[in-house]
Amino acid sequence: MSDQGQTNDLELLTFRVADQEYSLDIMSVREIRGWTRTTPMPHAPDFMRGVINLRGTVLPVMDLARRLNLPSQETNDRNVIIVVKLQGTLTGLLVDAVSDIVAITEDDLQVPPDISSDPQLSVVRALTVIDDRMIRVLDLRAVVPATSDEAA
Amino acid sequence: MTLTVLAVDDSRTMRDMIRMALMPAGFTVHLAEDGIHGIEVLGGINPDDIDAIITDINMPRMDGFGFIDAVREQDDHRATPILVLTTESSQELKMRAREAGATGWIVKPFDPAKLVKALQMVAG
Amino acid sequence: MSEQNDPMAEIRASFFIECEELLEALQDGLQELDDGADDPETINVVFRAVHSIKGGAGAFGLEALVRFAHRYETVLDEVRAGRMTPDSDSMKLFFLAADHVSDLVRACRDEAPIPEATSDELLVRLDALLGDEVEEEEADAADFTPLGFSMSLDLPEIEPELNSFEIRFKPEQEIFATGNEPATLLRNLCGLGTATVRCNTSDLPDLEDLAPEAPYIEWIISLQTEAAEAEVRDIFEFVDGLCVLEITGTKSGDDGDVAPTESIETEVEVEQAIAAPTAIAPVSVPKKPQGTKPASDTEDSGADPESKKAAAPAAKSVVRVDLERIERLVNLVGELVINQAMLSQSLDEAGLSPHSDAMNGLEEFQRLTRDIQDSVMMIRAQPVKSLFQRMSRIVREASAAVEKEVRLVTEGEGTEVDKTVIERLADPLTHMIRNAVDHGLEISEKRLANGKSRAGTVTLMAAHRSGRVIIEVTDDGAGINRERVLEIAVSKGLVPPDVQLTDGEIDNLLFLPGFSTASQVSALSGRGVGMDVVKTSIQSLGGRISISSEAGKGTKFSISLPLTLAVLDGMVVNVAGETLVLPLNVVVETLSLGPDDVQMLRPGAYVVKVRGGFVPLYDLGVMLGYRAQRKTDAGAIVLLISLEDGSRAALIIDGIQDQRQVVIKGLDDSFYRAPGIAAATILGDGQIALILDPADIIAGLGNPRGADIMLSERKIANE
Repeated sequence: MSDQGQTNDLELLTFRVADQEYSLDIMSVREIRGWTRTTPMPHAPDFMRGVINLRGTVLPVMDLARRLNLPSQETNDRNVIIVVKLQGTLTGLLVDAVSDIVAITEDDLQVPPDISSDPQLSVVRALTVIDDRMIRVLDLRAVVPATSDEAA
Repeated sequence: MTLTVLAVDDSRTMRDMIRMALMPAGFTVHLAEDGIHGIEVLGGINPDDIDAIITDINMPRMDGFGFIDAVREQDDHRATPILVLTTESSQELKMRAREAGATGWIVKPFDPAKLVKALQMVAG
Repeated sequence: MSEQNDPMAEIRASFFIECEELLEALQDGLQELDDGADDPETINVVFRAVHSIKGGAGAFGLEALVRFAHRYETVLDEVRAGRMTPDSDSMKLFFLAADHVSDLVRACRDEAPIPEATSDELLVRLDALLGDEVEEEEADAADFTPLGFSMSLDLPEIEPELNSFEIRFKPEQEIFATGNEPATLLRNLCGLGTATVRCNTSDLPDLEDLAPEAPYIEWIISLQTEAAEAEVRDIFEFVDGLCVLEITGTKSGDDGDVAPTESIETEVEVEQAIAAPTAIAPVSVPKKPQGTKPASDTEDSGADPESKKAAAPAAKSVVRVDLERIERLVNLVGELVINQAMLSQSLDEAGLSPHSDAMNGLEEFQRLTRDIQDSVMMIRAQPVKSLFQRMSRIVREASAAVEKEVRLVTEGEGTEVDKTVIERLADPLTHMIRNAVDHGLEISEKRLANGKSRAGTVTLMAAHRSGRVIIEVTDDGAGINRERVLEIAVSKGLVPPDVQLTDGEIDNLLFLPGFSTASQVSALSGRGVGMDVVKTSIQSLGGRISISSEAGKGTKFSISLPLTLAVLDGMVVNVAGETLVLPLNVVVETLSLGPDDVQMLRPGAYVVKVRGGFVPLYDLGVMLGYRAQRKTDAGAIVLLISLEDGSRAALIIDGIQDQRQVVIKGLDDSFYRAPGIAAATILGDGQIALILDPADIIAGLGNPRGADIMLSERKIANE
């Protein structure tokens, strides 16, 4: 859904995780919620913060810092959960704070150097520069682990 | 000319088909699921208000022949036209239906317009 | 007929639903016949089911279905008429044919390719049962043409040339017994064109000689019409043989003797012509007013159709509702329950007196909510019968594939289960049944050698037990070969070579992913589906599966499922700062641990003494990874839980909050649902609490992750 060649316009939601700037294609973002306490899932990987109540449905929430192997920050009221939809499934991403929505074109994207070796970069599909700041564009499919095919 | 008809068939699909065929023509359609149910439904309708009866043959509890018998036993329905719905067009079945007191027969599957016409002809 | 407007599509959809019911009746009937039923109604039911499917199929032009059903029905009719007594081979064929009708129905419904080859093959075998009668029946088959209409009342347009007919019509006595009215016939005739009706009453006897039911009157009709002779004859189709009918055609323009010579003329006066003789009948036999009705009927028919709407009892009706609408209702009720819990909590916190109007009202609200919830759940409940019937087909096919004789026994077909559960049970059950036939049962020779009956038995049982639905698949085969199972598990690296496992633990290895006992791929296995998939699907329904086996006696798989997928009576407890929910029906009692109650079996494994017996003790906080093992468990609160299989366990918790009904929210694997976690729910404060599956906690093993935990915990314990 993200790699459509002919239309260059791309809107990114930028946000901060462990003092780094990341972004996501706004098309995959459903909503942004304030931080609420999560219910931990026993024996889940440590990047899974647990689950929260999203208007009556159970939403799994991932700590994006831990997912990206960055130092995890103490959670505070400024933290937000970005609710994304991938292949019909909603997932929450816990980030430090949301910064901005920026419009760029595909031409502004640069391929990140040597993706495979750096685990942090393997989920980054491109880099872009906005106001002299480097912003990483996340590949959502790499961030959110594939769910089993037979689900639902 | 619109009529009031009682249709007796154990197949829901057939009942739906009959209703579908007759309602657009302005007919009032009463439905029953088998012979016994048919008699019950018939008993609840003023005899003067029933113009014709359509009945299937193969039905549980009371089949079409039994139903026709039971209808004909009622003085009020001695002359009520009864059409038999049958998938077989065999002469034997028609004759059996007639012996039981059926007015005529319609071979399933039927064309809705023709069912309307057939009813109008026997009940006209 | 050909137009695909919405009502037709609706009826078509309804037809396929009805087909499912008819197929169910067909299966039932055949089973009863196979079990030796010989009452006429059973074969009638079987016959009617096929007959009705054929009838509906004809209406929708499903020729492949009509063709097969017709000839199947022909054979069944022979049985019905007592001309044929089915032996066990023909019963088998009848079952196969029923399965095939089912396939055809589905193929037609889904507009999938029609398995014509199977139709042909089965028809040859069905026809063979008929022997000599085949040809005659073939002719009959050809006679049945889908979408045809034999009553040719309305032939295609013909040349608007005027034909003249002279029709002599003399009804015979029998005509009146059939409800056919000369008056109506004549009126229909007049409808074809311009008619002149003469009435010949010369046969009319004197009043004293008049037989009440005998018709004495002859009509001679001169008809000028655009209609062809066939059309004219069609009007008399129903009275053919009940009257003297002569139709003579004269060429148009040949306007011969139209002029009537006697009696009444002009079409307007037809009523009178007819009314005249019939008016006599009431005089002689007052109780038989034949013929008067149509006349009076014409006067008011159509004039005021409203007045005809009699208050007849409506046909028994069942409302078919789109499942989505029910889902929506279920969800809304779920929300209502949450909402009510929130309201209840805030009223509680407001410190209202329990006797205040608000609290009383709340109590009533809770009761109503619960009633509504029950009622909504009832809508979704349906008997497992349809599911079991599908399984009887699986048994037939599976046993044929591996050439074993297998009898399927079903019990508790009327047990009602949530519709979604039934649908989602089909695949796992199919697999289990195939397994039972393929791996569970021995071949006949081996059975006989072991003193067993030649045919193996697979039993499929459903029952409601302590608030859950139990479904069991039992075979009377050889039982699980545990040595072999362990060998395979070790060879596949599923367990360490030196592992010591109990019988039950070995049996549970069957549920590990990648495990397959088939030493060679048979016609049934090798589908790449193992018992692990069965277990996963059962768990996704909030259920669990267990296995028990006895060498030489057989194997039993038990599935335990929640009655509904939506609500649960739960006990809300605190563990290490988290809120958890346990199904209330497993909690037997609450204990407070004394200093001497806990005994260590081995490091990390403890038991608690409960009234002389020992029950394994688990610290939920540790099991779920919320906290480390505490120094002492003395003083802790313990919930004693007991499962249907009689196994018991004691769970350490920190405190009990409440007992309440909770709405179940499913968790799939994307949530990293750990073993022991069945689902989640939303509490009154909006927080999510996890719902525990106690059996899974106790079993531990079985699930791959559970096995890891158990094994690693043992390792830790051994260090």
